Amino acid sequence: MSVILNVEKLTKSFGGLTAVSNVNIQLEQGELVGLIGPNGAGKTTVFNLLTGVYVPSSGTITLSRDDNKVALQGLKPYKVCKTGVARTFQNIRLFKDLTVLDNVRIAMHKNVKYGLLSSFLHLPSYKREEKKLTEESIELLKIFNLDNKKDEYAKNLPYGEQRHLEIARALATNPVLLLLDEPAAGMNPAETAKLTELIGWIREKFNLTIILIEHDMSLVMKICERIYVLDYGMVIANGTPDEIKTNKRVIEAYLGEDVSNA
Amino acid sequence: MKKIFETQAVRKLVFLALTFVIIQLLISTNIIDAYLQNTLAAICINIILAVSLNLITGFTGQFSLGHAGFMSIGAYTCAIITLRMPTMLGFFLGVFAGAVLAALIGFVVGLPTLRLRGDYLAIATLGMAEIIRIVFINLKITNGAAGLQGIPRFVNWTWLFIFTVGTVLLISNFLKSSHGRACIAIREDEIAADAMGINTTKYKVTAFVIGAFCAGIAGALYASYFYFLKPNIFDFLKSVNVLVIVVLGGLGSISGSIFAAILLEIISTFLQSLSELRMVMYALLLIIIMIFRPQGLMGSKEVTLSVFNKLGGNFRSGMSKLEQRLKSKKGRV
Ligand SMILES: Nc1ncnc2c1ncn2[C@@H]1O[C@H](COP(=O)(O)OP(=O)(O)O)[C@@H](O)[C@H]1O
Ligand SMILES: [Mg+2]
Repeated sequence: MSVILNVEKLTKSFGGLTAVSNVNIQLEQGELVGLIGPNGAGKTTVFNLLTGVYVPSSGTITLSRDDNKVALQGLKPYKVCKTGVARTFQNIRLFKDLTVLDNVRIAMHKNVKYGLLSSFLHLPSYKREEKKLTEESIELLKIFNLDNKKDEYAKNLPYGEQRHLEIARALATNPVLLLLDEPAAGMNPAETAKLTELIGWIREKFNLTIILIEHDMSLVMKICERIYVLDYGMVIANGTPDEIKTNKRVIEAYLGEDVSNA
Repeated sequence: MKKIFETQAVRKLVFLALTFVIIQLLISTNIIDAYLQNTLAAICINIILAVSLNLITGFTGQFSLGHAGFMSIGAYTCAIITLRMPTMLGFFLGVFAGAVLAALIGFVVGLPTLRLRGDYLAIATLGMAEIIRIVFINLKITNGAAGLQGIPRFVNWTWLFIFTVGTVLLISNFLKSSHGRACIAIREDEIAADAMGINTTKYKVTAFVIGAFCAGIAGALYASYFYFLKPNIFDFLKSVNVLVIVVLGGLGSISGSIFAAILLEIISTFLQSLSELRMVMYALLLIIIMIFRPQGLMGSKEVTLSVFNKLGGNFRSGMSKLEQRLKSKKGRV
């Protein structure tokens, strides 16, 4: 096992508010780790820092890929994506007026090998690459049972499928580290159970390391091997689901929200 | 034989060839007289302007108000070159130089402003077009406010057709490529596009520069066809005029831009005698679209030539269905 992500003393302040404070996170290659905490604890902000949406006030983020260490702090989001970090959004951010297929194909753009000239003139390299791109996209959509809806507009999909499409789109960028921000939000228990299974499956299939923000404790406790708990921007606990369930500080942070019963 | 005609490319080719030949015939038989030929030229130039602005505003989501500025760079460059070099070669050189210069200015204006999120581009392009106009008023080589006259005319229906079809095809090809989808993704959700690995600044600038390049071509054609230029042709109203075509046709619809360019030019030809009223009409038209059809005539949909095919194929069954519908008074008629 080797460390794939090392976050050290990550801090982000918005004016007077320190949304993320001195956060340390270490992920082993292939781990599935939960990131939980009350609303406003700073979970989404951590994702935004990891993916370059925000520049950290201080601290470092280091991604290790095949003995190469890349510093992610300060990189633009598209560059972070190219290093192999992909994400979904808490408030779904699909390309709504585009088809399901195009949503996935756009995420594959960084690997496209034909240039501007070929795109103007539709040269053979265009035809060859587009064919490949489309086939790969459809393969990916099959995993989420969306291949038969490839020509529908993303906005017309039911809510649960939109969440699935966001994951498919993130996978299309060919990541090593996948960040899922509340993927089960708004799903019913049956859908959540299905999603839980799916997340475990894609981790194996794509050889991924995953960080999962989730409010649904049944999902988190079931599939996460390790959990970080954030409160007021600080990591207040870090351990296995069983350790977290019985952690006094965690129970206090949730103030009566029952963690142990979940 | 039948199969060959059903392929999209061949159908497109036949349609274009027919359009060209029919209009050419109408011109040589003088049914499209000199006056209507001006309308025809204006339509072609407006199609290029509208489609290229649509690439920037409708497809990439960047609000630009400077298309007349880019057009004027193309126009003056081509005019100045062909006045000194009145040959076909000079004309091509003029079109090319005008387009490249417009693209270059587009790059210089676009790069710093498109890095930023928000509508800085609108303000920057508005200022840019005004500055260019004032520069042309004050330069000697452009003959100031009086403008340039007697620019050699090399543009005829053939060249209008070739340049218009050429730019429209190149732009629509681009939009069907991965690079074009990257631009459209920015319009849809810039943050998501960025997170999915798209260098948003690069693609905003790319779309903007392509748009400026094509506007430069349109300007060059204008100079060579109408053989007279003055800076005030390319004022703010001209930019708005192009924007009106794009919005009327539908942001994100190439065929919409084409229809709207044709429609508006025909309307304005008929209203030629009422020049002040024309602007009022434009304003009214815009307001009416905004209220009743904010997505434009076409929305972001495209009309493809398969429409004609379907029309032909469904003709017989369509007629009987229509009869039935009229009888039962159900369905959409
Ligand atoms: N761009 C921003 N500007 C100002 N405050 C922000 C910004 N983003 C997040 N915050 C604040 O940071 C805190 C943590 O937010 P967030 O990370 O979204 O919480 P969580 O995802 O854990 O619910 C909140 O108080 C939120 O208001
Ligand atoms: Mg959140």
